[in-house]
Amino acid sequence: MNMHALKTENATAAPLPAGEVVRLPTPKPSFITSKVIPNAKNIAANVIPPILMIGLILVVWQILCSKPGATLPSPSKIRTEAYDLIVDPFFIAGPQDIGLGWRVLTSLQRVAIGYGFAAVVGILLGTLVGQSVWAMRGLDPIFQILRTISPLAWLPISLAAFRDSQPSAIFVIFITAVWPIIIITAVGIRNIPQDYRNVAAVLRLNPAEFFIKVMIPSAAPYIFTGLRIGIGLSWLAIVAAEMLTGGVGIGFFI
Amino acid sequence: MPAYPYLKIDHVDKSFKRGSAETEVLKDITLGIEKGEYVSIIGHSGCGKSTLLNLVAGLLPVSSGAILLENKEVNDPGPDRAVVFQNHSLLPWLTVYANVKIAVDKVFSGTKTKIQRHDWIMHNLDLVQMAHAKDKRPSEISGGMKQRVGLARALAMEPKVLLLDEPFGALDALTRAHLQDSVMAIHTKLGNTVLMITHDVDEAVLLSDRIVMMTNGPAARIGEILDVPLQRPRKRLALAGDTTYLKCRQRVLDFLYERHHFVEAA
Ligand SMILES: Nc1ncnc2c1ncn2[C@@H]1O[C@H](COP(=O)(O)OP(=O)(O)OP(=O)(O)O)[C@@H](O)[C@H]1O
Ligand SMILES: [Mg+2]
Repeated sequence: MNMHALKTENATAAPLPAGEVVRLPTPKPSFITSKVIPNAKNIAANVIPPILMIGLILVVWQILCSKPGATLPSPSKIRTEAYDLIVDPFFIAGPQDIGLGWRVLTSLQRVAIGYGFAAVVGILLGTLVGQSVWAMRGLDPIFQILRTISPLAWLPISLAAFRDSQPSAIFVIFITAVWPIIIITAVGIRNIPQDYRNVAAVLRLNPAEFFIKVMIPSAAPYIFTGLRIGIGLSWLAIVAAEMLTGGVGIGFFI
Repeated sequence: MPAYPYLKIDHVDKSFKRGSAETEVLKDITLGIEKGEYVSIIGHSGCGKSTLLNLVAGLLPVSSGAILLENKEVNDPGPDRAVVFQNHSLLPWLTVYANVKIAVDKVFSGTKTKIQRHDWIMHNLDLVQMAHAKDKRPSEISGGMKQRVGLARALAMEPKVLLLDEPFGALDALTRAHLQDSVMAIHTKLGNTVLMITHDVDEAVLLSDRIVMMTNGPAARIGEILDVPLQRPRKRLALAGDTTYLKCRQRVLDFLYERHHFVEAA
């Protein structure tokens, strides 16, 4: 028993390495004060380098484009010419002539809807493919073929199907984002250790409980990776899709 | 006293198939275990001990023969045969408390109220002396503590048979001794029926009522079954010089290292 007590003491009193995430549920007050100052330093260390880099890039751009005969405008020129666009992003002057902010918002909304669908469908299909050998054999080849289709190639198909730019833009977002989510979720599900499956089997968890209590948390790192890749792709896709369909998004503006 | 043993492993064979290749792992295993008995299975690595335990747990299907618990055939896993796995297999995203809770909620959802379930979780954590760490995650506690929690989770299911697969295999000698004492105390207190796998001769003799010695694979069989006629409660230090203890120990060692010594280069 003695040894046991000693062990626990060691476990709780082990000093946290600096800069690590705080894992103790109730940090002592002295801990907070010792944590705040390093935190502020951390933020500064993270914020200052990018600001400096952006400044540097702007300066180089300015120098390169201020020569006579430059094809692209320099930052200072953009500032004077696009001033009203930038300072007042939320004006509405007509059905097709709205501010930059509104355009970004419409695009964001489309991405949110398309991506939301992609996340739900992707996680469910990925789970199915990861869990069942038969689903994997049946669906995986189809997925591998479909995912190589460029998002823009889906656009005419979805325009033909929906006959409207709004749902077809959403569909293109969905179809772009869903593949990485499916594939990476499936990998995560396949990588669930047999031990966890055995525990679930001994407890006789039903499929729904197994999905919520074991599969999702166990595959979470994979699922989030898939979701992150998916959101990046879907933003790329919305701009391209809107450039082609027209309407009110950020891509149309560009 | 019923005419049949509490847990009966009846002429069980097990072979694994991959394509056309078939490996026979266990051959004609027959073993009866009485209620409250503590039985150990000992044998060299790879002889099929884990396979046998997984068959009893229902995690693997038998190739032929049957496993009977209270004279009823069992084919699939269930909480009446709780397993403590070699590598603890706690769910790392849950706290110690939640790891036991997932079992208690599932097994006693219809029979215990929420408060009773909480008390039962704490009771079992107390039993393995882990109540103090209930809010920690598995990554924050030591290997021995993880095994304790695994044991608490299994005990909390109130299993008819407790299956232990080398429960102390990955622990250092001191922690192991400490846990063996805990298991002995719990067995004395609750009278569980236990089937334990081990490759440690001292552990087998100290804890068991009977020791089942397995021959080497492939197609491993039960080579010999040894009764350990030592009084309970047993004291580790007092037994060190006990003649019965030493005799039993010698018998197991003879079996493992003389008659069925490990052949392959592991
Ligand atoms: N799923 C499987 N498919 C094919 N062969 C298997 C499978 N599981 C186990 N085996 C074989 O069965 C034999 C027994 O394995 P098992 O894990 O039961 O050994 P063990 O006695 O528990 O060994 P250890 O003491 O190392 O844990 C091994 O030779 C192994 O190759
Ligand atoms: Mg094993």
